[in-house]
Amino acid sequence: MENNSHLDELEAEAIYIIREVAAECEKPVMLYSIGKDSSVMLHLAIKAFYPEKPPFPFLHVNTTWKFREMIEFRDKVAAKYGIEMLEYINQDGVKQGINPFNHGAAYTDIMKTQALKQALNKYGFTAAFGGGRRDEEKSRAKERIFSFRNSAHAWDPKNQRPEMWKLYNTKINKGESIRVFPISNWTEKDIWQYIKRENIDIVPLYFAAERPVVNRDGNLIMVDDERLPLREGEKPEIKSVRFRTLGCYPLTGGVESTAKTLDEIIEETLSAVSSERTSRVIDNEAAGSMERRKREGYF
Amino acid sequence: MKGLLKFITCGSVDDGKSTLIGHILYDAKLLYADQEKALELDSKVGSRSGKIDYSLLLDGLMAEREQGITIDVAYRYFTTDNRSFIVADTPGHEEYTRNMAVGASFADLAVILVDASQGVLVQTRRHARICKLMGIRHFVFAVNKMDLVGYSEDVFNQIKVQIAELAQTHSLSNIQVIPLSATEGDNVTIKSKNIPWYQGPALLEYLENVDTSSSAQEKGFYMPVQRVSRPDRTFRGFQGQIESGTVHVGDVIKSLPSYEKASVKSILYTNKNVDEAHAGEPVTISLDREVDVSRGCVLARDASIGSYKKINASLLWMDDEPLSLGKDYLVKIGTKIIPGALTKIDYAIDVNSGAHLDAESISKNEIAVCELVFAEAIVVDLFEKHKTLGELILIDRVTHATAACGVVEALYEKQVQSQEKAAFVQGDHYGRGEIFEEFFYDTATFSVVKQQPVKQHYTIGDEIPTSGESYHYPDDFDIIILRDSIAVKVRGKRIAEITTTKDFRYGNVPVINGRGFEIKVHSDEDVKRLLREYTDAVDSGCEEFFRKWTVFDTYRKVVIH
Repeated sequence: MENNSHLDELEAEAIYIIREVAAECEKPVMLYSIGKDSSVMLHLAIKAFYPEKPPFPFLHVNTTWKFREMIEFRDKVAAKYGIEMLEYINQDGVKQGINPFNHGAAYTDIMKTQALKQALNKYGFTAAFGGGRRDEEKSRAKERIFSFRNSAHAWDPKNQRPEMWKLYNTKINKGESIRVFPISNWTEKDIWQYIKRENIDIVPLYFAAERPVVNRDGNLIMVDDERLPLREGEKPEIKSVRFRTLGCYPLTGGVESTAKTLDEIIEETLSAVSSERTSRVIDNEAAGSMERRKREGYF
Repeated sequence: MKGLLKFITCGSVDDGKSTLIGHILYDAKLLYADQEKALELDSKVGSRSGKIDYSLLLDGLMAEREQGITIDVAYRYFTTDNRSFIVADTPGHEEYTRNMAVGASFADLAVILVDASQGVLVQTRRHARICKLMGIRHFVFAVNKMDLVGYSEDVFNQIKVQIAELAQTHSLSNIQVIPLSATEGDNVTIKSKNIPWYQGPALLEYLENVDTSSSAQEKGFYMPVQRVSRPDRTFRGFQGQIESGTVHVGDVIKSLPSYEKASVKSILYTNKNVDEAHAGEPVTISLDREVDVSRGCVLARDASIGSYKKINASLLWMDDEPLSLGKDYLVKIGTKIIPGALTKIDYAIDVNSGAHLDAESISKNEIAVCELVFAEAIVVDLFEKHKTLGELILIDRVTHATAACGVVEALYEKQVQSQEKAAFVQGDHYGRGEIFEEFFYDTATFSVVKQQPVKQHYTIGDEIPTSGESYHYPDDFDIIILRDSIAVKVRGKRIAEITTTKDFRYGNVPVINGRGFEIKVHSDEDVKRLLREYTDAVDSGCEEFFRKWTVFDTYRKVVIH
């Protein structure tokens, strides 16, 4: 029971934040990335407004390189809850043939950062919920729950608006917007324990299964479709792997694992020797890379 | 296992706060292996090449690493076998005092570092003052760098005396003083052999066991309303987080500031129906009758909370733009946002020495006790009594910056409900005068708000104001106030008769309800049917009833304000 009370506190804090945004912000949206953190955030939104449906739409920014199972799962979840699920793809990027193999950092910028900015501008959203957590990365550890963006969607880490008690100041000027992180204070362990307690559906990729992978620079990359160009000497092998985070399949390394149940995943997570973002290739580029991307408008 | 502990660390520039927390994480093997690798990598490019610099774990912003100081609050999460922790590492520099206050407002306990070779400094006093102001009720003074004074018990005892004096001046409670060395690891996670004369616990052991819950007891039940949920015609629920006490189905509660009473019909704790709910829980409460409740109202029971027009507050100024007397700010208290003006500075407080100073204005990172007058009376209480209703922020109406934060120290000009509200009174007959309410679309909050400008009682013979900004009634009309079972006849703008609805007879003039909406009745039979259906509607939900019988915009409109 004592353990529950810790999760109850985190749940209450998140619900309070979600309700404040719905009550005060003109046009909110909840970003939905299909991952486990998004699944928890969606669940919290459903609980926050019950018996009403969440009074805002959900938005998935699709790079066109997501795992196929993620897209199936997204559509299933939207139908189950009867929520409005918007999808946005940067069509200019698609036309230019931007892909994760030839364009490196530019790919992330064009298909994720630029796409997100375009989507927010297109619909005129003034506040966007994101599933970021402070324990993920050092610059996130410094970010407020209500994080302000200027009209170019840029973050100014040296001049963050003070955030006192639960008195969130949601006022913005025209063109500005807010990113809101209701699960800022959750750790990866909290997320897994809450998923278990609340019986939340998550994408099956989180559970170990036999999957075709190649070992690329130390990352186990899944061959999810025929678009993955194999390098010389690379041959897909069938391995029992699971994914600790989900993103674009060519950029998301799996870990060898036999954890097929939530309990086994929690067990593995608690004794993990590497923090979860190392399996994301983009974070490893250079010291301070996340902060730089956030200043440019990345979530 | 104890519940979550939120604490902050504060100290002056080189007291080694970040090193202390870095050491706890490192020692307790709470670092993931790749974070450890990044730390070693960072240390090589950092200033103290070679030796591991624990502070690099926390100073995450590039500017901070370049300057070697902490600018903003960093939050870290760790769990031991006994407890889960969130620690906010806060900056020590005076110019970042407002960022320190952000961390303090979040925490239940403060770890204040004192350099053993220097003792209690001006900064230590400033940090203690800000922590106390933001409502922290538990303190640990970590006397750090004991290795630099040869682990001397005498030095420690001298500092302990200074701390006791400090605690007395600021009325700090629940104090623990611990001698330690963050760089050497003495008394951080394990008891040090270098300090045998100290009998108390090591820092981590103390944090694992301290109980901060008991100090937060507040009187009664109260819940500021975050939003009104109306998924369909049958359900109307008030959503918010219970701040103190317990509420049960069947309890009679009051809605403030209207003071209307109602019984609790149902309680949802998130998505589950429950019979009772407790402090800290997010709920949706439905009531058994139609009551004026909107965002910013407070549901309460046995809490002795009122509404006031004027308060005194201790403010910490946070904006680059200094305080401007007489200027209108937006004030947020609980879930209410309302315009208010600072009318007087009683005195400023020197953030370091505590001296009271005369002041016309204050600037960023300065503190003053000020008088604040709201546009209308709102539900507010002393910070000491009901914390959530005693915390406030000021928002600049042009830049929207958070100009200041503060806590309520005194309350003035209480709104007394029965006499100040407009009403029709004749002997025992009392009918509420909400027909004089103004409906405004408030462009500051993007919502429709109601205001009652006329605060007077009317009786037979009195002339009433039949026109306001958002209403215009004819000279002859009748009012049926359903909730109070009172009917009023107005002829030539004067009150001709006040009776019960039972004795009311249709008079061939327009009829409005107690809120100024037209009622579609044209005969005594219509009136009878109306009264009968109202009784049923109270049990089954009023929307259908109002749709059928009333028209809002015959005599009323919403005016942009």
